[in-house]
Amino acid sequence: MSRTAEEIGRTTQGPRPLPPLGEQRAATNLSSVDTVLPNGLRVIAVHQSTVPMVELRLRIPFASDAPTHAATAEVLAATILTGTERRDRVAVDTELALVGGELSAAVDPELLSLGGNALASGFDTLLAVLADALTGAVHRDDEVAGEKARLIERITVARSKPNVIARLALQRHRYGDHPFTREIPEAAEVAQVRPVDVRALHASAVLPRGSVLVLVGDIDPARAIAEAESALRGWQSPDAAVVLPPLPHLTPGDLQVISRPGAVQSQIRLSAQAVPRTDPRYPALKLANLAFGGFFSSRLVENIREDKGYTYHARSYPEFTPDGSTLLIDTDTASDVTAAALLEIRYELGRFALIAPEPSEVDTVRQYAVGSLLTSTSSQGGIASQLAALAAVGLGLDWLINHPLQLQAVTADEVAAAAQEFFAPTNFTGVVVGDVDKLAPLKKLGGIHFPDK
Amino acid sequence: MTVSQPLRYTLDNGLRVVLAPDETTPVVGVSVHYDVGFRSEPEGRTGFAHLFEHLMFQGSESLEKLAHFRHVQSSGGTFNGSTHPDYTDYFEVLPSAALERALFLEADRMRAPKLTEENLRNQIDVVKEEIRLNVLNRPYGGFPWILLPPVLFDTFPNAHNGYGGFEDLEQATVADCAAFFDTYYAPANAVLTVAGDFTVDNARALIEKHFGDVPARPRPERPSFAEPPPAAELRADHPDPLAPLPAVAIGYRIPDPIEELDAYLAYLLLAGVLADGDGSRLQQRLVYGDQLVSEVGAGCGMFGPFEARDPDTFTITAMYSPEVDLDTVLVAVDEEIERLAGTAPEQAELTKVTARWAASLHKEHDRIVSRTLALGAFELLYGNPALVYELPDRIAAITPEAVSAAAKQLRPDARAILTVTPSQPTAETAGDDQ
Repeated sequence: MSRTAEEIGRTTQGPRPLPPLGEQRAATNLSSVDTVLPNGLRVIAVHQSTVPMVELRLRIPFASDAPTHAATAEVLAATILTGTERRDRVAVDTELALVGGELSAAVDPELLSLGGNALASGFDTLLAVLADALTGAVHRDDEVAGEKARLIERITVARSKPNVIARLALQRHRYGDHPFTREIPEAAEVAQVRPVDVRALHASAVLPRGSVLVLVGDIDPARAIAEAESALRGWQSPDAAVVLPPLPHLTPGDLQVISRPGAVQSQIRLSAQAVPRTDPRYPALKLANLAFGGFFSSRLVENIREDKGYTYHARSYPEFTPDGSTLLIDTDTASDVTAAALLEIRYELGRFALIAPEPSEVDTVRQYAVGSLLTSTSSQGGIASQLAALAAVGLGLDWLINHPLQLQAVTADEVAAAAQEFFAPTNFTGVVVGDVDKLAPLKKLGGIHFPDK
Repeated sequence: MTVSQPLRYTLDNGLRVVLAPDETTPVVGVSVHYDVGFRSEPEGRTGFAHLFEHLMFQGSESLEKLAHFRHVQSSGGTFNGSTHPDYTDYFEVLPSAALERALFLEADRMRAPKLTEENLRNQIDVVKEEIRLNVLNRPYGGFPWILLPPVLFDTFPNAHNGYGGFEDLEQATVADCAAFFDTYYAPANAVLTVAGDFTVDNARALIEKHFGDVPARPRPERPSFAEPPPAAELRADHPDPLAPLPAVAIGYRIPDPIEELDAYLAYLLLAGVLADGDGSRLQQRLVYGDQLVSEVGAGCGMFGPFEARDPDTFTITAMYSPEVDLDTVLVAVDEEIERLAGTAPEQAELTKVTARWAASLHKEHDRIVSRTLALGAFELLYGNPALVYELPDRIAAITPEAVSAAAKQLRPDARAILTVTPSQPTAETAGDDQ
């Protein structure tokens, strides 16, 4: 058998019509409890019984403007689950493993995050290990020393990755030396951290008041909250966890070129000011972002990937902080088409801001937004992570449930207004990381600042 | 959790179907697994199976370019595809109202994909950008999945780079695509899986309506990729100008995952005993005890277990500081493996691993996309999708002695060692994307 490609792409019947959508069944109501414990910890528990597991997310506001904070916080996150008076590192791992569980900790300029899961039958163990770490982590000298050494190696590796280099450069370009930019400390800063600094930070900053615990799974919400309250009874402080202070409003400006000699691909990272989820313009902004670059069938992806082949990956997305949000546009392109890709991005931004999107385009992104919310909240882990992100900015399950209605109410005019207000090319600033010797064509585009030789 | 036996049947054209209804949430997953992966691509056409996967999204008789993405996404769904050593999968997850659309989209490209010169050239560019992003422009690119197989294996199917060389990709023709499609994308060489919110009667009717008239073509004979294990320790080094620290991957051959499943599962448990969690043997010895490495991992399969037939690989990887001698790391690894080979682990040590496996299989079931893909892959590889649900019991039944016996087979004189060494960039390596 040998057919040509043309023969393969044709049948005697010819093209067939796309079937219509069927009737959509609504999601079953999730039973939940959202409450604040006497120690100030907000707990959200949701019953979702797809599998006999429970997912746990703890978010502790963890900001500080101390220059040494990022390094100390990284060491704290690396050692918080390595032992208490009652359990050493192996005991923590063993107890969790026996209930199919895991727990891990991570920190960023805003939050200390602990997260994990276990078989629902081991929920009490998961809570016990977590509570012990929160109230009794000892940050032993030898664990601090070992984790510092590994952290320095991990930081060295992370800082060699192009996406990390680009992110750090963008943060510096957007916010200078604001604490928000200190996402990865310098190895030398980590080397300076002493065990006593870590213990002091734990005592002063790992606090229940203002923090949120999300529990999702095959659990009874009221009972889960009672169990959490009992397990975390010893976690007390009159002080509140420290929230990141408001960020300065983003100033539009030239793109800064960052030199990465020998690079075969460039990172383009653009950013503009946007509004938080609580703003009345947010639902329209969300739809506008999808249409621009927020999903595959967007203007950005269809242009620079599917039409031009400049990239494998391009997207735009909002980034939220406690009191605001920004838009980000990311793509990576071969050095020789970097200028052409930037030109197309600017063209699409300008076109989006000037010419109102068609109602059909708005309907498509609306359907996608509502439907993807349904699929992303169909799993325990999906609900837990979304709720944790919402709770960190003061929202909860009711927002998640009402959001589809908000999206349904957005008009095409409102999306056009959001496109105009937030996506105009003049709103943006950003960075391009790549091999400067291959990026000369960028100079012809203007609005680009090259590093001094 | 409501787990019923998945329903299996076969259409007249040979398409195997797996249905796994579950009404917990109002979403549905649809996947098609084709029984061809990058091990089957011809010499001179490295990367072709993956490139072809890209082309399958570029339109079919009823769908213009971009229409596939738009129809899935405007129905509220998400999609993707991926190319593995022995199969290629395509999937959509959507609100359940869009089930028929997903079936229509998959059937249309199974029946009559549009394979055009323009789309081929466009997707060669996109795939080259994907390779720059994931391999050429980052430290440890392709470690170990591209770098280790040519050390451990001799024959082209097992040893070559599944992402492909730029020269090979650029030489791909529309005629290659037509031949590849006609040979490997026959309905009899595929598995359709539907999981989630639907009724069996309705799904069966829709599947017959959309896939029933996809013309039958012969199922290609599946070649054996078997080759003898290495007869010595084989070493190779990959200089990486972007890598700040040295890394090592140790590869061993393991039993046939399909024909000798229980023996294979012993290696899965062995990987857990060695490297899963802070209490595991290699974490304790290499990371926290001797402090030789900053991280260590062990596992079956280059991309995880249950996604390849024989021959499959057991891999131990580690990243270490430049002051540490590689042989010191290897001696420590070998001592820990010998200790397990000499003395079977306690049952309690295995119970930790089996409980974590049970939990991870639950988590896989929790996400409809991974549930759908697992059912399809197990039908394709094992002819038994229900094995997904039997695995926790099968894994729990593996004895400490079997794990010890598995450790005995990880022999230093029959393995591959691939090192990544940080190197100074040279003009040649800096521009090696041409």
